[in-house]
Amino acid sequence: MAVAARSLPARRRFAGPGRRARIALTWLAIVAILVIVWEGAKWLFGDPWRIHTTFLGLPIDIEHKPPMPARIARDLSLPHIWDVVGAFAEPAQRNGAPLGVLLAGQAWFTFREALIGFAVGGLLGLLLGIGFVHSRLAERAFVPYVVASQTVPILAISPLIVVATKAGWVSVAIISAYLTFFPVTIAALRGLRAADARAFELMRSYAAGKLSVLWKLRLPTSVPYLFSSLRVAAAASVIGALIGELPSGIPDGLGASLLNYNQYYTSGPERLWATIIACSILGLAFVGLVRLAELLLTRNRYRPAAGS
Amino acid sequence: MTDAATPTPSAHAATSTAGASTAATSTTPVVRIAGVGKTFGTETGGVRALDGIDLAIGQGEFVSLIGPSGCGKSTLLRLIGDLTSPTDGTVEVNGKPARRARLDRDYGMVFQAPVLMEWRTVAKNIELPLELMGYKKAERLRRSSELLKLVELDGFESRHPWQLSGGMQQRVAIARALAFDPKLLLMDEPFGALDEMTRERMNLELMRIWTRTRTTVVFVTHSIPEAVFLSTKVVVMSPRPGRVAKVIDIDLPQPRTVETREQERYFELVTEVREALRRKDGSAPVGDEAMDAALRDAERIRAEGLA
Repeated sequence: MAVAARSLPARRRFAGPGRRARIALTWLAIVAILVIVWEGAKWLFGDPWRIHTTFLGLPIDIEHKPPMPARIARDLSLPHIWDVVGAFAEPAQRNGAPLGVLLAGQAWFTFREALIGFAVGGLLGLLLGIGFVHSRLAERAFVPYVVASQTVPILAISPLIVVATKAGWVSVAIISAYLTFFPVTIAALRGLRAADARAFELMRSYAAGKLSVLWKLRLPTSVPYLFSSLRVAAAASVIGALIGELPSGIPDGLGASLLNYNQYYTSGPERLWATIIACSILGLAFVGLVRLAELLLTRNRYRPAAGS
Repeated sequence: MTDAATPTPSAHAATSTAGASTAATSTTPVVRIAGVGKTFGTETGGVRALDGIDLAIGQGEFVSLIGPSGCGKSTLLRLIGDLTSPTDGTVEVNGKPARRARLDRDYGMVFQAPVLMEWRTVAKNIELPLELMGYKKAERLRRSSELLKLVELDGFESRHPWQLSGGMQQRVAIARALAFDPKLLLMDEPFGALDEMTRERMNLELMRIWTRTRTTVVFVTHSIPEAVFLSTKVVVMSPRPGRVAKVIDIDLPQPRTVETREQERYFELVTEVREALRRKDGSAPVGDEAMDAALRDAERIRAEGLA
């Protein structure tokens, strides 16, 4: 019996190739649907266009008049996807580097701010959670304020923080941390208590101190909970960094690019759209990094074969 | 403190060899319970779970607590382990209050569920109490490999709990409880969640381990054959409130083997335990569900209080 059990197949730790292909296909399908909806709207509600050229000596003359033109789908409001994608390759300024390269540099700057905000906010969130779990009084007294802190419009207080901390990336990181800590605290409150009641009794039977219980039982148990919240926090930290950059006046960062291309929107709407896409890519990449860290840290844990 | 308070690993290994079940009771008992009562819920409508329990468990004994559900047998075990405290009376372990004994790590505990930590390997799970007690790494490793051999799981040290079967997981839990060589082993329906065949094999395993370690065991079960097969003494409990109805000495020869279950005396003892259970059951025919519900409630409240 022991021999049979020993030859149990080791559980697959990461998604297999088949599953990975399915995920990639799903992604492609979603992108395709987005493109179809976008360009479909342009076709129905956009600006009229006409192609008048020759192809291999043959004259081509196609004209399209959208049946229901609407303001929202005009080229100024909703540029064609190929124009947005093309904007990445075109220089942002006369004789300058392509917009894509420029945005990558800005994104790197914003990422570092968001990362610092994420680290500080995540740590603060976890420490608050640990404090609350060990003191019912503190939990009852302060958790309402933690919740209230998130109902304060961050847009309104970010100029205050920027002024108070004399602008710079520090103020941006603070705003990023402000948005980051909340989901982590809430998840910690749950995760740190999630262990089986018997596991707590087991620790009690060993006369384990609070610190040992925290380190050897509560924290390991809370890891999956924490990572769920850290993924939310990663996205929030990017948003926080962008919001912080807007009033800061720092020339670097995607926030500055957003302001800049917003100002020159009428002369090149696709550049703002490209910047928005760059912001989304940054957020996705950050969340992806957190997910990767999660997979590495929980590779020894039981994972059901189906589902996430 | 009496001399029993200073544990010497060799002492309890030497006291009893084959067949010495009740001989050692004359010295300081490992567990002494005097006039213990327990009421759940302090406000009006509290439930009396245990009442007037007196019990002494000697060195090297294997004592089973058996009774219908809601008779407080698990509560009694938890009182010995100071996982809950009595409303009246005293519980002493190794001649000191149960709380002191817990803080001195005098006992190991095995629950119905294995309660292993999924992020730890099998060896690391066994080493958990040793880590908490500040054992050096080399010593921990030596102990865990020794115990893995004892529970016949050598070769599985770097597996994770979820890669093992239920019976194997429970063996890891037993190894963990024995890791620091406690004088007393408390087991709360450890094989209750296993199928009948695995259960019988685990009973044999436990007997083999007990024969080798001679640790004093308090074992909660609701299986009559299991109680008779394993024990040197069976404590039959009656419900509402939980009391000791009868203490039956099990005089089956040691070591217990597969043949033990086929002896005439074994069947006589099973019948004796069954009759002791039935007599008490018949005398108080009402309120079973109410008691169960109240105890479940108490359990839930306690669990929430801990977390």
